[in-house]
Amino acid sequence: MDLEYGPEYQEFTKEVQAFCKKYKGLSFIDSHKTPFGTSGESGGPKMLRSKWQKILIRKGYFARSVPKEYGGYGGEADMLKSRIIAAEFSKSKTPTPMGGQGIDMLVPTLLEMGTEQQKQAYIKPTLHGEMIWCQGYSEPNAGSDLASLQTKGELIGDEWVINGQKIWTSTAQFSQMCFCLVRTEPDAPKHAGISYLLIPMDTPGIEIRPLVDMTLMPGFNEVFFTDVKISANNIVGKRGEGWTVANATLGHERGSLAPPDATMNRVNMLMHLMKKETLDDKPLIEHPIYRDRLMQIQGKVLAQQSHALRLLSAKLNPGTDVKIGKMIQKLIGTELRHELEGLAIDIMGEIGTLYENSPHVRNEGTWQFIYMYFLGLIIGGGTSQIQKNIIAERGLGMPKEPKVQGA
Amino acid sequence: MYFGLSEEQSFFKDNIKKYLDDNATLDSIRHITNGDEKNLSREIHNGLLNLGINSLLIPEKYGGLELDLLFAAVVSESLGGGIGPVPFIAPYVIAPKAILEAGSSEQKEKYLSKIAVNEALFGVGFSEFIGKRNDAGVSFSNGALNGRSMFVLDAQTATHILLADKKGRIFIVEINSNNIEIVNLTTVDKTRQYAEVICKDLEAEILIGSENSQEPIIKAIDAGRIMLAADTLGAAQTMINKAVDYAKERKQFGRVIGSFQAVKHMCAEMAADLEPCYALVWHAAHCHDHSPSDARLMACHAKSHTSEMGKGIAKKATEVHGGMGFTDLLGLHYWFKRIGVNRQILGSPELVREEAIQSQLK
Repeated sequence: MDLEYGPEYQEFTKEVQAFCKKYKGLSFIDSHKTPFGTSGESGGPKMLRSKWQKILIRKGYFARSVPKEYGGYGGEADMLKSRIIAAEFSKSKTPTPMGGQGIDMLVPTLLEMGTEQQKQAYIKPTLHGEMIWCQGYSEPNAGSDLASLQTKGELIGDEWVINGQKIWTSTAQFSQMCFCLVRTEPDAPKHAGISYLLIPMDTPGIEIRPLVDMTLMPGFNEVFFTDVKISANNIVGKRGEGWTVANATLGHERGSLAPPDATMNRVNMLMHLMKKETLDDKPLIEHPIYRDRLMQIQGKVLAQQSHALRLLSAKLNPGTDVKIGKMIQKLIGTELRHELEGLAIDIMGEIGTLYENSPHVRNEGTWQFIYMYFLGLIIGGGTSQIQKNIIAERGLGMPKEPKVQGA
Repeated sequence: MYFGLSEEQSFFKDNIKKYLDDNATLDSIRHITNGDEKNLSREIHNGLLNLGINSLLIPEKYGGLELDLLFAAVVSESLGGGIGPVPFIAPYVIAPKAILEAGSSEQKEKYLSKIAVNEALFGVGFSEFIGKRNDAGVSFSNGALNGRSMFVLDAQTATHILLADKKGRIFIVEINSNNIEIVNLTTVDKTRQYAEVICKDLEAEILIGSENSQEPIIKAIDAGRIMLAADTLGAAQTMINKAVDYAKERKQFGRVIGSFQAVKHMCAEMAADLEPCYALVWHAAHCHDHSPSDARLMACHAKSHTSEMGKGIAKKATEVHGGMGFTDLLGLHYWFKRIGVNRQILGSPELVREEAIQSQLK
């Protein structure tokens, strides 16, 4: 056990701290068009989101291991430096780099499986925040059983002609491009009939309808494709290889949904709230039942924080076996965050039900919002039940359900 | 940066596990819990002494190995995994910790070197400092203790016992006295010993450093709690392994029951509940030695959180076994009961969490 980062990293921490100080209060002129990354505070410099992306890349604080020729920093990946950057940015409320599905999922996929021409065309503008992507995976009849998707792609001449519907497509309204799973080989077995296509969102025949979720925000969209024609070259991998291509990045999404450090920040916020709020003139923190529930949650979050350190260490020290440790991340992280936000609501009682800009609402209604939002994350990206299947089958080696004929 | 067990720690852990696999078989456990006519517990204890479990935490100058608490935690995890029916936490962790933290140099010299060569074996009774039940508790005046201490760990095989009063003062008493009475307590867990210790004008030696400070007893209790958490961790992992193996073999409705999602999901939940406890327990043990500011909170949460997860796993793993899980025949209940008792010893989860919040509101 050695939890020290070493002198090189102490230096690096100082460097990052100085950088954050320089850009204190930074905000963006175009934040309404770029829905990713934190927005920072105000009272400091103003700039375009894309300029910030470029500054971060030049320093090596973002896209660190992406080769220079594709717009990245061109360095070695460094887990500890990433962690230091995340921690210092969070502490100083410095705006984080943009994330989103283009940066988090498409870029790694192209780096691994894209053609040279695709890497040249897409990675740089995506990293710079000039090209936003949405993910066209789920369909009304292909949720947990994603591979049963039916959106059809036919190669006619040198064009793919696409017809069908996608759902749960977040950020479609901001996107220039969509990476999309489409059934191109109708006669092949279901997993082998899918291709991974790149679709410009301004192509005629695409219609986007906002889908309002229970938080009352249009967090998602439905996207309809009617005779949408794109170049035959806009395919990653070969025809019928789309499932493999997509799976290279799904694992990445699962891990990053609910980092325990963020959950611990909320625990601390709740503890602060409980010292201020009173019930029968006594601070909530002094009510034994509520403080015990707070401690139960704190114990769980501490366990997950320690677990995250163990996983980080496993990345730095290859050969460590943390197979089940990785598989449980999405399940336990999203469930815990939902539970924590729900606890805050319980502790506040009726006040906990206040929402939006109601009189007396606490913390801008974030407890209710995140409580509901995380129910979405528990369901999205592979439901908790699907996660349990994965843990049991791939982690514990338990047998699959017998196949139903025709499924 | 490295978060995990060192090679030596893994080696230690595996050695204890292997020894128990070979010697503390289910038949031996059954024999021991039925009265232990052949004194198998002693044999197993001696075997483990050969592996050095008594001297882990004792400084080299007193003849010990001077290792971090994390070594003791992995030993405890293996003991829980194989339900080692031997004294460990009281004589080899809490007692040396307390003496190290609060003993004068003479007391350290005298007792630690004896523990290191197995001439002194300590029981520990700190329950009343944590939470006094009814009229239990000892009081100290004129060099003597009066009263009784409940749930004293490993008193029956001890040469000495450490007792504590409500102020957190720690006393050493000798077992060879007419003024001490040891009453066996029968808990559901018959793999370890618990006793009530009654003192009547019992001569007692106070550990000097505990006279005006609760820090030593708290440090010793923290160490003990981390050990109990590790014991539960090991025991719960064994229960999961047994449940998963059983679910892969047992057939009903023409399929192995492990192919039903109802069963599969119980197994996945158990694994997801327990996996982070490894990191929590290791981290708590590490902080105990290397990060004083986090040590208290980590030890409290390691104990209470692992107890909570352990309780759920003990129930689910038994259920996966169906009726067989409920029988004595299968012996699964030894682990169930060990987890159940670990949960209450040195503070039930609610008591420990109350200490956790108090440590943060100071």
